[in-house]
Amino acid sequence: MMTASDNTATSKPRRPTVDLKTLGPAVALLILCIIGFLLNPAFISEGNLTNLLTRSAFIGIIAVGATFVITAGGIDLSVGSMAAAIAGVMIIVMDGAVETLGTGVPTVLLGCGVAVILGIGAGWINGALTTKGKIEAFIVTLGTMGIYRSLVTYFADGGTLSLDFDVRGTYRPVYYDSFLGLPFPVWVFIAVAICGWLLLNRTAFGRYCTAIGSNEAVARYSAINVDRVKTLTYVIQGLCVAFATIIYVPRLGSASASTGVLWELEAIAAVIIGGTVLKGGYGRIGGTILGALILTTIGNILNFTDLISNYLNGTMQGLIIIVAVFLQRSDWKLAGRGKS
Amino acid sequence: MHMKKMLGVMAVTGLMAFAGSASAQEKIKIGVSYPTPTHAWAAGMNWHAEQAEQRLEALYPDVDLILVNSPDPEAQASALEDLVSVHQIDGLVVLPFESEPLTDPVLNVKNSGAWITVVDRGLSQPGIEDLYVAGNNPELGRVSAQYMKTRLKDGDNIVVLRGIPTVIDNERFDAFMAEIEGSGINVLDHKHANWNRDDGFEVMQDFLSRFPDIDAVWAQDDDIAIGVVAALKQAGRDGDGMFVVGGAGMKEIIKGIMDGDELMPVDVLYPPAMIATAMDLTVSAFKSNGPVAGRYILGATLINKDNAESYYFPESPF
Repeated sequence: MMTASDNTATSKPRRPTVDLKTLGPAVALLILCIIGFLLNPAFISEGNLTNLLTRSAFIGIIAVGATFVITAGGIDLSVGSMAAAIAGVMIIVMDGAVETLGTGVPTVLLGCGVAVILGIGAGWINGALTTKGKIEAFIVTLGTMGIYRSLVTYFADGGTLSLDFDVRGTYRPVYYDSFLGLPFPVWVFIAVAICGWLLLNRTAFGRYCTAIGSNEAVARYSAINVDRVKTLTYVIQGLCVAFATIIYVPRLGSASASTGVLWELEAIAAVIIGGTVLKGGYGRIGGTILGALILTTIGNILNFTDLISNYLNGTMQGLIIIVAVFLQRSDWKLAGRGKS
Repeated sequence: MHMKKMLGVMAVTGLMAFAGSASAQEKIKIGVSYPTPTHAWAAGMNWHAEQAEQRLEALYPDVDLILVNSPDPEAQASALEDLVSVHQIDGLVVLPFESEPLTDPVLNVKNSGAWITVVDRGLSQPGIEDLYVAGNNPELGRVSAQYMKTRLKDGDNIVVLRGIPTVIDNERFDAFMAEIEGSGINVLDHKHANWNRDDGFEVMQDFLSRFPDIDAVWAQDDDIAIGVVAALKQAGRDGDGMFVVGGAGMKEIIKGIMDGDELMPVDVLYPPAMIATAMDLTVSAFKSNGPVAGRYILGATLINKDNAESYYFPESPF
C-alpha cells in the first residue's frame, strides 16, 4: 500500500512534462495509420478497419490479462499454448455433445462454459505453482507452455481438430456478425478492456497488484495477501485467454498445434509497448489496448504494400516496436536531467 | 597345435550354429524413421506409414517393418543408431528432420551394409542413398499455374499466398511464376501465409481490402486455402467464378472436390502417403527381381472430380 501511494506521489509532479509518455502509444498508432493511408487509401476503408479491430481482439483480450500479471511482477509465457489447448478441448466437447444436446445454442454454451472453467483452472495452476510452489513464473509458464502445446497435438493426433459443421453454423455469428456496426469480438474486447481498467485503477485489488510489482517484500509487510493476489492475476489471465478462445474458435472452427503460436510474445509486446513496466509496479490497460492495435496494424500495413521484401517483414515489425517503445520511454523534456 | 585346432573347430561349428539359428527366423528387417507428427500433413504421413506396415507385413510374413518417430534431429540420430545396433536392420526408410545433422547418422547406417531410402528431404551429401522418393515441388507450382491458365484469360487478376520462407516455398513459387509468365494473367501480389489457416485468413482479408478485383487465388497449400475460403465468404466475394487452388491433398478438400465444390474445384497433390510409396519400393528392393535403386519422383497430380476418389482417405487425420 505504501509503495503504491509512493509511486503515484512521485509520478504526479512529473505528469505535465511527460505527456508523450502516456500519449506515446497513441502517437505511434496515429503515425502508423497515416503511413497506412498514404501507402494505400483502402487502408481506412470500413472493411479494413473492422478487420483490424476484430483481429486485435484476440491479442488485445489476452494482453489485458497479461497487464495484471506483469504489473504484479510476474510473466506468463503459456497463453498461446493455453489458447490452443482450450480451443482443442472446446471443439472435442462440442463435437461430443452434438448427439445429446443437438447442434444448437446449448452445445455452444457448453463449449464456452468449458472454456471458462479450463481458463480459470489453467491460470490457477500457473499461479499456484508460482506462489505456493515458489518456482519462478518464467519457468512455471515455460513448462506449462510446453505441456498445453503438446496436449493439443495429442488431442488432435498430430493433425487438426475440426468443429462439427452444423455447430459451426450456430457458432459462426459470434465471430462474423456485428452489433451497431461493430463485430461481436470487438464488443467483447471493449467489455474486457473496461472491466480490466476498472479493476486495475479503481479497486484495492489493482493497487495491490501495483504494490506487489513495485516491491513484493514491502507489500507483504503491509499485510497484503501477496500469494492470493498474485495467483488471482494468473487466474484473470486464464479467464482472458478463455474469452479470446471463445471468439477465436468460430472464426475457422478448428484447432491444431499451430494455433496461437507466439501469441504469448505478442501479448507481452502489446503490454510493454503500451507503457506497462516489464519488471512490474506500473500498469496501463489503455496503453495495452493501443499496443495490441499497433501490433495488428503493423502486420496489416505490411500486407498492404509490396514496397518491402516479404523476407523483411520481421525486420519492419521489430523496428516499429522498438521505435514505439522508444517514443514513450524517452522523457523528452526531461532529457539531460537524470531520472530519479 | 591340437588345442588350436580344437578351438578353430569349435569356433567354426559355433558360427555355423549361430548362422543356422539366424536363418531359421531370418526376417528382412526394415527401419522406418520420420519426425513425430506435429502438424496435420505429418500426422497423415504417420497414418499412411502404419497402414503400409500392416499391409506389407501381411503380404510378406518374412518382412519386419519397424516404425520409429522422433521429436527432433538429435533424437532421430539416436533412433537410427538404435535401429542398427538393436534391430540390426537390413534396410532403412528415412525422412530426415533436417538435411545437415542427419547426413552422417544415415551414412553410418549405410556403412553397416543396409539399403537406404531417403524420403522427401534430401541429405546434404549426394550418393548416400540407394533410393530417393519425393514429391515434386516445382511441378506443384507448374501444375497449379497450368490450371489457372485454363480458367483465366488475359488481363485477369490473381493473388498468391506463399508458405514459410524456405527452399520448398521458393521452388513452388518460382515454377508457378515461370509458368504464368506471358499468359497475361496479373499476379497482383504475393505474401507469406506460413502454411497456416489463421495467417491465410488474415493475409486474404488484407488482399481483399486492398484489391477490389481478384479473379482467383493460388493458396499453394490446403491449410492456407481453408483460411482463404473463410475470408472470401466473410467478404461475400466467393461467387462470380472465384476459385482457390490449394495443394497437398487434405481429405476435407478432396471431399469437397468429390462433392463438386465450385470455390475449390481442384487440388494439387503433394501427398503424405509418399512414405508408403517409399516403404513399398524398399520392400521391393529385397523382393523384386527388377532393379529398384534410383530416384522416384512423384507427379504433382491435378486432383479433380474425376480422380478425387482415389486420393480420398477418410480415416487418415489429413
